[in-house]
Amino acid sequence: MTVTTTASGQASPPVELVTCTIDGIDVSVPKGTLIIRAAEQLGIEVPRFCDHPLLSPVAACRMCLVEIEGQPKPQPACAVAVGDKMIIKTQMTSEVADTAQRGVMEFLLINHPLDCPVCDKGGECPLQNQAMTAGHAESRFEGVKRTFPKPINVSAQILLDRERCVSCARCTRFADEIAGDPFIELLERGAKQQVGTAEDQPFDSYFSGNTVQICPVGALTSADYRFKARPFDLVSTPTTCEHCASGCGLRTDDRRNKVQRRLALEDYEVNEDWNCDKGRFAFRYLTDDRLTHPLIRDEEGDLVPASWPEAINFAAAKLAEVHGKVGVLTGGRLTREDAYAYAKFARVALGSDDIDFRARAASTEEAEFLAAHVAGTGLGLSYADIEKAPIVLLVGIEPEEESPIVFLRLRKAVLAGTAKVAAISSWASPGFAKTGGTVLAAAPGAEAEVLAALGAKAGSLSEAAASVADALREPGAVILVGERLAANLGGISAAVKLAGETGASLSWIPRRAGERGALDAGALAGVLPGGRPITDSGARAEVAAAWGIDEADLPAEPGLQAAGIIEALLTPPVVDEEPAPGTEEDDALIIAETAVESAAAADDEPGDAADAAAEDPNFEAIIEEPEPRISGLVIGGVEINDMPDPEAFRLALKEADVVISLETRLAGVDAYADVVFPVSVDTERSGSYVNWEGRIRPFGKVLRDATTLTDGRVLAMIADELDRPIATEDSNAIRREIDGLGFYSGTRPVPPAVTAPVAATPGSGQALLASWRHLLDLGILQAGEQYLAATQRPSVVRLSAATAAGIGVSDAEDVTVSSESGSITLPLVITDMPDGVVWVPGNSPGSAVNASLSVVPGTVVSIARGGQA
Amino acid sequence: MAELPQAVRGFSTTFFTMFRKVNTEQYPEDKDKYPPKPAFHGRHQLNRHPDGLEKCVGCELCAWACPADAIYVEGADNEEGERHSPGERYGAVYQINYLRCILCGLCIEACPTRALTMTNEYELADNSREKLIYEKDDLLAPLMPGMVPPPHSMVAGTTAKDYYDGKVTGSTPAQADEVAAREVEKVSAQAATADERLADAAANEEAAIKVAQERVANDREEVLADLAADEKKGGAQ
Ligand code: SF4
Ligand code: SF4
Ligand code: SF4
Ligand code: SF4
Ligand code: FES
Repeated sequence: MTVTTTASGQASPPVELVTCTIDGIDVSVPKGTLIIRAAEQLGIEVPRFCDHPLLSPVAACRMCLVEIEGQPKPQPACAVAVGDKMIIKTQMTSEVADTAQRGVMEFLLINHPLDCPVCDKGGECPLQNQAMTAGHAESRFEGVKRTFPKPINVSAQILLDRERCVSCARCTRFADEIAGDPFIELLERGAKQQVGTAEDQPFDSYFSGNTVQICPVGALTSADYRFKARPFDLVSTPTTCEHCASGCGLRTDDRRNKVQRRLALEDYEVNEDWNCDKGRFAFRYLTDDRLTHPLIRDEEGDLVPASWPEAINFAAAKLAEVHGKVGVLTGGRLTREDAYAYAKFARVALGSDDIDFRARAASTEEAEFLAAHVAGTGLGLSYADIEKAPIVLLVGIEPEEESPIVFLRLRKAVLAGTAKVAAISSWASPGFAKTGGTVLAAAPGAEAEVLAALGAKAGSLSEAAASVADALREPGAVILVGERLAANLGGISAAVKLAGETGASLSWIPRRAGERGALDAGALAGVLPGGRPITDSGARAEVAAAWGIDEADLPAEPGLQAAGIIEALLTPPVVDEEPAPGTEEDDALIIAETAVESAAAADDEPGDAADAAAEDPNFEAIIEEPEPRISGLVIGGVEINDMPDPEAFRLALKEADVVISLETRLAGVDAYADVVFPVSVDTERSGSYVNWEGRIRPFGKVLRDATTLTDGRVLAMIADELDRPIATEDSNAIRREIDGLGFYSGTRPVPPAVTAPVAATPGSGQALLASWRHLLDLGILQAGEQYLAATQRPSVVRLSAATAAGIGVSDAEDVTVSSESGSITLPLVITDMPDGVVWVPGNSPGSAVNASLSVVPGTVVSIARGGQA
Repeated sequence: MAELPQAVRGFSTTFFTMFRKVNTEQYPEDKDKYPPKPAFHGRHQLNRHPDGLEKCVGCELCAWACPADAIYVEGADNEEGERHSPGERYGAVYQINYLRCILCGLCIEACPTRALTMTNEYELADNSREKLIYEKDDLLAPLMPGMVPPPHSMVAGTTAKDYYDGKVTGSTPAQADEVAAREVEKVSAQAATADERLADAAANEEAAIKVAQERVANDREEVLADLAADEKKGGAQ
């Protein structure tokens, strides 16, 4: 980010050190360090259960007792801070500490069942391990152990075996302190003490899986992994989560080449020790219904299995017919390497710059902003920076739903008092409420107005808004814009303007994991790899040199974006007066010979063609017959319902002469495809994502025996067949090529300055649509996860009290939201939000906005009482 | 010359041995005459509770203990109506690879439920590698009197603990009925598929006969036509 100033440059204040002696060794640590941490620095491990470096100390388990000289009784090392000249003896040197620890262990085991053989934690259990190192070999207990009926569901996903619990309160502290979902609590006393939930409130937290990971025993397990494997069966591979742009490091455990579970990998710069349930539990899509062989469409119009060479030849022949007129849509789920392969394929093999990675509501304004501010800027504003921002202003993003680790960091910072949060949004979502900030209420489409008001600091600002406006002018202030802002014209321009006026840093957070990487890789019209503008001849020369092609062979004008590609397919080509002479062969020849010229000419918008014809005397000579601007599509993993108007996309697919689809499963596009290639999923390849910070998050191949082909490999084979090689077979080679190219160092394009249109005013029985997606919803990467789906947030429609009264509904009654294309009916929750606005979840059960309404947020829709459509 | 007496002494050993009783046991002809010692560790067996439910809980401790990595286990949840063992967990996949096993017995010591023990069977040779990977079906103990084959429910009113405490001594009529009902269902399903196949076969046969008949009729007409033509030709000549 060009406007980013990271706080890393600031000098940190000097830390006050204290020196103590642990087991006879002197150690100096910052004041306030806990004994257990100081001991760790010396490599002395004090046994522990309740202690966790990211949770507040409670000293609940008493396992970590150590002797401190001058203190009458052993003290818990996890709760006592080191004092100057303190002399501490752990179990290594102190009989007292050792006896105390063995005593505690004996108490813990009194009520612990002999469940190890049937317990998922067995083999990686701190209680097992520490019973060996700090316990007695024989039990003196002869009474009856407490028992509870076998596991109870604290949520559909999380199971609790109460007799295994050691009452360490890690899970409850996590739920309370980190996730902010205090739905579990320690109840009762003594031997009956147990973790429990309120009767009607299950532990439906987006972060519930973390409690399974941090529970030091097998008391909390996941329905998903229960009894699946033992730790010693598993091969662990460090990976990166593919579910959002937070970029969590994960550990993927597989047994005999089948993924069994995923855990959060400790990475203090990104996800700390946590991740969300989507990243942890949604991986069935990796194996379910996979496409295993290429398919081609035969003469009868059926998709039939084909051999690889057959399919490659077929695809290449088809693409050769429409050279220069092919649009490439890659979706936002590809790795940086595969996105790069598409970017290179489009420019080199297809001779086209018509490429877009955004399979969602997007705008030209956003593309300009990305080219100016984001593409090829590397690591900018980071998690650490947002933790100490005087204000983090969220626009068009709901962190808990759309980038959960951003949410956790914000919440952490707000609780620690190091940052404040404000959001421009239609209502304060439950996630936002947990960060306890200010909502500057805005109807969808009115974001630009609010942003402008903050910038201008006009007198009409409310008190809350005025304080946000002041905070934005302090050093370190941050504006985070989500991808959703693109749907509301002028919003991004206003955010850029505000950042300029206040000096705040501006960062962009997409929802999908692959978007930032795809942008850096050049999978956007007008942007070559590394953020190089295609219109800059120096940038083109660099890329051409790296690709070993002639600079003149690279398109020099920005191509069409996704919306333009679809529109071009749906708009009939401009008809020339004179019918074109020449046969089909001649045309093919002309196309081949004048590839450069025709590409340049064809790059004009179809609507401009007539003007161009009038101005350009050569025009007729170049265009021999009415050529459609786009007649082919190469599609990599786009889900039809991701498109803002799925019906238009379907029509465009139908209209296209050639559709080449690269897919992991038959998901919709195949119905229109001429060739479908099966490609790898993340566990079958190595690669990297770029998270919203711009941090590269590489991951390794998990399934060592996988033989599927990556997108890059398939594209490379087609390109070879077209005799325009792109050499993208190997992810490592691509990575080297990307690194070799580096980022663009020339002058960046200017950011957009689009004036927001006057917001539509809904009439009676109408409202402006506001919507975002829930973290757990009908997304295709969560398909088939029944336990996860059971913890989804309920689908509801939200209206303000006045708007609800306007159509005569009250709380919990059904409301129907409809557009020309269809309708959604959901129960109402009256919410504090602007009048004339209706909110529904974007892709949840009973509420698929794209598929049912086919309109983007900010559009006027009809609202009515009851279930009638 | 001094070597001669030594050679004689040496050969005398050979000579006298010829008159000793031989130790050779005729295998396989006389194998029943020489059973292995009762404590011999031979092929494994997966034991059952007295009502036929499996004892194995799929804990993999045997696999963990095995120095030869010969055991492969996958645990799974006992679903309602599909119960293989008392309690929650059972061994869904159980394999021992006898190409690897050294019959050391560490696995049976590790087994917390006495599900795994070893028999006296020592004839563990075969003509392919695959055959020497014994599956759960090969290893499960035979059904003794009073046992009914799982999956079936636990004895009504008992807990997993009762099974371990030896309070379950055999299957109940309810369990037997459950298994019988399942068998009946299975057999009738098989019968239904068999019927379907028979019907299909009959239909196929009918179709085939029809085709054959048609062909014969066609052929006949052709031959007759040819004959008629020939005759005409002959007549013309
Ligand atoms: S369930 Fe686990 S994490 Fe929670 S209190 Fe019990 S032992 Fe601790
Ligand atoms: S927060 Fe995002 S990156 Fe992290 S686990 Fe969840 S979906 Fe994956
Ligand atoms: S007898 Fe020994 S080698 Fe054979 S399976 Fe058991 S532990 Fe492994
Ligand atoms: S045989 Fe015994 S040790 Fe092996 S999995 Fe079954 S119960 Fe566990
Ligand atoms: S770890 Fe210190 S009391 Fe639990």
